Amino acid sequence: MLEAKNLEFYYQEKQKFNIPDISLSPGEQLLIIGASGSGKTTVLNMLGGLLKPLKGEITIDGTSLYSLSGASLDKFRGKNIGIIFQKPHILSPLTVEENLKLANYFSGKEGNKIDSILKELGIFDKKHSKVTTLSEGEAQRVSIARALANGPKVILADEPTASLDDVNAENVVKLLKEQAEKFNAALVIVTHDQRVKDHISNQITMGGLV
Amino acid sequence: MNMLKLSWKYLIAKPLNTGLNILLLALGLAIITVLILIQDQFENKMTKDSQGIDLVVGAKGSPLQLILSSVYHIDFPTGNIDLEDATALTRNRLVKNIIPLGMGDNYQGYRIVGTNYDYLDLYDAGLLEGKRWEKPFDVVLGNEVAAKLDLKVGDNFIGSHGIGSSSHEHDEHPYLVTGILEPMNNVLDKLVLTSIESVWYTHDDEHDHEKFEASVATSGFPDPGDEDRELTSLLIQYRNPMAAVQLPRMINSRTNLQAASPSFEISRLFELLGIGVKLIQGLALVIIVIAGLSIFIALFNSLKERKYDLAVMRTLGASSGQLFLHIILEGVILTFLGALVGMAMGHLFLSIIVNLNEQGAISSLSASVFLIEELYILGYAVVVGILASLIPAWTAYQTDIAKQLTKS
Repeated sequence: MLEAKNLEFYYQEKQKFNIPDISLSPGEQLLIIGASGSGKTTVLNMLGGLLKPLKGEITIDGTSLYSLSGASLDKFRGKNIGIIFQKPHILSPLTVEENLKLANYFSGKEGNKIDSILKELGIFDKKHSKVTTLSEGEAQRVSIARALANGPKVILADEPTASLDDVNAENVVKLLKEQAEKFNAALVIVTHDQRVKDHISNQITMGGLV
Repeated sequence: MNMLKLSWKYLIAKPLNTGLNILLLALGLAIITVLILIQDQFENKMTKDSQGIDLVVGAKGSPLQLILSSVYHIDFPTGNIDLEDATALTRNRLVKNIIPLGMGDNYQGYRIVGTNYDYLDLYDAGLLEGKRWEKPFDVVLGNEVAAKLDLKVGDNFIGSHGIGSSSHEHDEHPYLVTGILEPMNNVLDKLVLTSIESVWYTHDDEHDHEKFEASVATSGFPDPGDEDRELTSLLIQYRNPMAAVQLPRMINSRTNLQAASPSFEISRLFELLGIGVKLIQGLALVIIVIAGLSIFIALFNSLKERKYDLAVMRTLGASSGQLFLHIILEGVILTFLGALVGMAMGHLFLSIIVNLNEQGAISSLSASVFLIEELYILGYAVVVGILASLIPAWTAYQTDIAKQLTKS
């Protein structure tokens, strides 16, 4: 499902990131742990089709990610990859429902599962709320819902628990696991949050620079 | 959800900003709309009213004043001319027809104009009811006069001396309404038309009742009898193009009359007004440019706050082209609404101006006329919107998603 081979990336040539190969089958989960500056967010950006690696190849469901370019890469990302950030980044002029619909619109997928996703994440009653009225935990759940709206094959989460309290952090990790299993999607979580470690056994530690 | 709706949502998320930008642009466009409407209608009206009149002859004075008073009935006459001088002109071979006009009285601000049937025929004026005047003190009312003053065929009224403002009333001779014209949409609507004889007899001191019962002249000049009679002005139609060259010069140099050409004087008037119009146009353009700048600044500033939003849209599958369109659409929606509001305001302004002026030149304008030029306004406004949003849209197009999302 998700393969990353021989990835190479650096911002300055002397400081290359040491990037391990990744191979995940559908439903499999992976935790990438590492200190700040170890390049774990960089890896996630590369996996998400947001940052082109200098060398190496990433394939998702048989498609080589960076053989696509421009709008077709954008469409592919929208359809197959759900990305969750440290901050929810909900589009504030839109309601919760509209945020999810926008994901459907941009990817070109007709999503009729919006209600069921919202129900499962326990935010169905916030369907018509603006993001400004949501709590931190609710907002993060909306961003998960948005990442799931297109039924992605790969779910990427960048420090999804960093700004949450213990209860919410545990909820979010559980939800991510549950939903990834339900969608049979590969889940990659990047974190340095100790609270996440116990939940996913498949772990890679990034050691920083070569 | 679609691009238009997305841009709209972002606009109404900042109602004050959006409202101000729309209002600013609307103000500029409203001024342009009013100018276009007034200019078009004035020019239309002016040409319509002066149709078929090649030359106006009256007492010496300002030629523009002569035209305004005799053709458009808005200024005061330059004075009177002797009937003898006028009759002399009828013998000129360059003249095809002469329509005499006699002015000097009004009723409730509406001018009473003495003339003959040729004046009605000049404008192809038909009667809505009643018949044309036949005896002295018979009058035919313009459609608006009848409507505004609520006069019907068979009604009597007493004219006042003077034009526009009344000094004393001629209480001895009431006028009798014999006919009402159909709506003409020209200067006739605001006139009370009667025979030259009515105007003469009103100002006579002696009252010869026998004269009052005689039929009036329906074409040419009436018989003055043994009195020294006067007219106010003459509307002349040329017999041939040669007349345009010879007749005005002949009249101006060899008689104590003055000849003025409506088309020449009106183009001179528009030239004079043009300076003012240009000035207002310039002001409107400045406002529109400022509105464009304001939209540009608003979009550019909001872009700073929205870089995350744009990056998130990209992660959801939006292409950079869609982000470009998203910002352009915001500019276009703003200016499109601005144009609509502006045009509505323009028509509203004009209707207020028209309603404040019951009589006179402005009152004949209509605010409910829509011109093709107004569609151009819509077009220009959208161009302003695209121009103003081009740079912000380009910035959005170039958003580096990874960089934007990584820095927090």
